[in-house]
Amino acid sequence: MEILLAIMIGFLYAAGIYMIMRRSIVKLILGIVLLGNGVNLLIFLLGRITKGEPPIIPGTESVIEGLYADPIPQALILTAIVISFGLQSFAIILVKRAYKVLGTDDLDQLNTTDENS
Amino acid sequence: MTNHIITLPLLVNLFISIILMFYWRKVRLQKIVSVAGSVLGLAVAILVFIHVYQNGTQTVASGNWSAPFGIVLVGDMLAATLILLTAISALAVSVFSTVAVINARLRFGYFSVFHFLILGLNGAFLTGDIFNLYVWFEIIIISSFVLISIGGEKNQLEGAVKYFTLNFFASMIFLTALGILYGLAGTLNMADLSAKVSQIDNQVLVEVCAILFLVGFGIKSAVFPLYFWLPASYHTPPAAVSAIFSGLLTKVGVYAMIRVFSVIFEMTPFLQTLLMVIAVLTIFSGGVGSLIQNNIRKVFSYLIICHIGFMIGGLAMFTKVAIAGVAFYLIHDIIIKTNLFLIAGLIFRMKASSSMRKIGGIYSNYPKLSLLISIPLFSLIGIPPLSGFWPKISLIIASFELKHYWFFGALIFGSFITLVIIARLWSRVFWKEQPKMDSNPKFNYFYQLSKFDKMRFVLPIVLLTIVTLYIGFGAEHIQEISTRIAEEIVNKDLYINAVLKSS
Repeated sequence: MEILLAIMIGFLYAAGIYMIMRRSIVKLILGIVLLGNGVNLLIFLLGRITKGEPPIIPGTESVIEGLYADPIPQALILTAIVISFGLQSFAIILVKRAYKVLGTDDLDQLNTTDENS
Repeated sequence: MTNHIITLPLLVNLFISIILMFYWRKVRLQKIVSVAGSVLGLAVAILVFIHVYQNGTQTVASGNWSAPFGIVLVGDMLAATLILLTAISALAVSVFSTVAVINARLRFGYFSVFHFLILGLNGAFLTGDIFNLYVWFEIIIISSFVLISIGGEKNQLEGAVKYFTLNFFASMIFLTALGILYGLAGTLNMADLSAKVSQIDNQVLVEVCAILFLVGFGIKSAVFPLYFWLPASYHTPPAAVSAIFSGLLTKVGVYAMIRVFSVIFEMTPFLQTLLMVIAVLTIFSGGVGSLIQNNIRKVFSYLIICHIGFMIGGLAMFTKVAIAGVAFYLIHDIIIKTNLFLIAGLIFRMKASSSMRKIGGIYSNYPKLSLLISIPLFSLIGIPPLSGFWPKISLIIASFELKHYWFFGALIFGSFITLVIIARLWSRVFWKEQPKMDSNPKFNYFYQLSKFDKMRFVLPIVLLTIVTLYIGFGAEHIQEISTRIAEEIVNKDLYINAVLKSS
C-alpha cells in the first residue's frame, strides 16, 4: 500500500509540475490542482498508514497501548484541502479574467510586465 | 510567562476587517474606519512591544492546550519588534491608500482585505507552531492575491498570474517539507521539534527537509535563483499595495527562515555555505538587475532583492554579531522599502509616469518635497549617520571575524551599487529638466489636488521618514534591541524554555 501510494504521489507531483510549466493557461490550473492533491496525499502517507486502529482510549485505561492511527495528519490535510480549494477557485477566476482582458491563453505571450519601459 | 496581551494585534485587525465588510460600498466610512483601526493597531503594537521588552518572552497556549500538543503563540523580542514595524507601515499605507487608491478599487473591499493581510503578518510573526505558520502564510498570500489583482487592469492581471503561480508553488513546497518533517519527528511545535529533530537517526533526510524549507521560503523572500516573479509583478498594482508588499511580504519569508533555521534545524556547515552563496549571488544579481531598469518602481523592486541578500548573508554567518546586524537591517529595511514605494506613488501622481526617461525636474517644481524624499533615499544607501549605515557595521565585523571575505565584498558592492542607482535616480528624476511631455487632461495631477488630499499623500512619507531618522540617530536603542533579539535567536534554549516550561 505504501509503495503504491508513494508511486502515485510521485506521479501527481511530476504531472502537476509538468502541467504548471506548459504554455496553456488552463493547464496551469490543472497543474495546481494535481500538485495540491499530491501534497495532501504525501502528508497522509507520512503520518503512517494504520488500518483499523482508531485512536480511542479504552475506558479502563488512561493511555493507548500499541499501534493507533494518528489523527493529526488528517486534521492537517483537512486544513490544507480547504486552503487549496480556496486558492484553486481564486485561480480559476483570475485566469478567466486574465484571458478576457489579455485575450490570450498562451503564457509565453504574458511578457509585457518584464519588458523594460 | 503567559499573557494574553500578545493576541491583541491579531484581534484588533480581525475585528477591523470584519467591521469593514459590513460597509462594503461606503467608501468614505471605510477610509475612516481603516485609518482609525490602523491607529488602534499601532497603539496595541506599542503596548505589546513594551510588555515584551520589559517582561521577556510571552506565550499563550490557544484553547489552553499546553505547549507541545496545542498551538502556542510566542511573543519574543523579534516577533514584538516586527509587529510594531508592521503596525507603523500599515498606518502609513492605510493613510496613503485613502487618497492614492481610486474609489473603484476601494469599493471591492480593498481595506477589508488589507487588514486581513496585516492580521496574517502578525499571526505569522507570533505563532510557535510550524503548521500554524503555514496557515498564516496562506492568509497572507490569499490577501495579497486579492490586493494585487483588485482593479483588474491588463498589466495587473498579468503580474497577478505570475505572482499567484510562484507563490502557490512555494506554499506547496513548504507544505511538502512540513509533511516530511511531521513524518520524521511526529510533532509540529517548533520548540518541541528542535529537540526531536536532533535525535533523528536519518540526518540526511533532515537536511533534505531543511533544503525544501529553504526553497519554499526562498521563493517568498525572492533570493537568487527564485526571484523572477518579484520584478515582474511588484510594479503592477497601485503604489500603496506594492508598498506594503515590498515592506513586509518578502521580509516575512526572511523571518520564517530565521525562525526555522535557528530553532528547528541546526546550522550545519553545508547549510551555511549554501546560504552564503545564495546571499552573495542575490546581492549581485539584484544590484546589477536594477542598474538597467528605467521604471522607478522596477528599480526599487530589484533593490529589494539586492538587500534581501544582506540579511540572508547575516543569517548564514549565524553569530551573535551577525544576527544583530540582520535584526537591525530588518528593522531599517521594512520602514525604508515601504517608504520607497510610497515615494514612487507620489512621483507618479506628480508626473503621470514612472519611466525615468519621461520625467524630470521634480526638484525645481517641488523643492521642499524633494528634500524630504532625499532623506529616505540617502538612508537606503547607508550614508552615516542615517539608518542604513549601522547594521552594515555589524555585518562587516561579523564577516571579518569569520573570514567571509566574499560576503564582505558583496556587501560593499551592494552598498556601492545602491549608491550609483540612487545617484542616477536623483539626477534623472529630480535634477534633470522635465523632458517635453504632453500633459494628460484626464489625469489628476498632484498640483491639482486639494490641500487635504496633498496632505494625505505626504503625511505617510513624513511619518516613515521620521521613523527612519529615529532608527539612524537613535541607533543606540535599536542596536540594544537588535542585540537582545540576536541573543534570543542564537541561544535557542531561551526560546524553547519559554515555550515548553511555561505551560
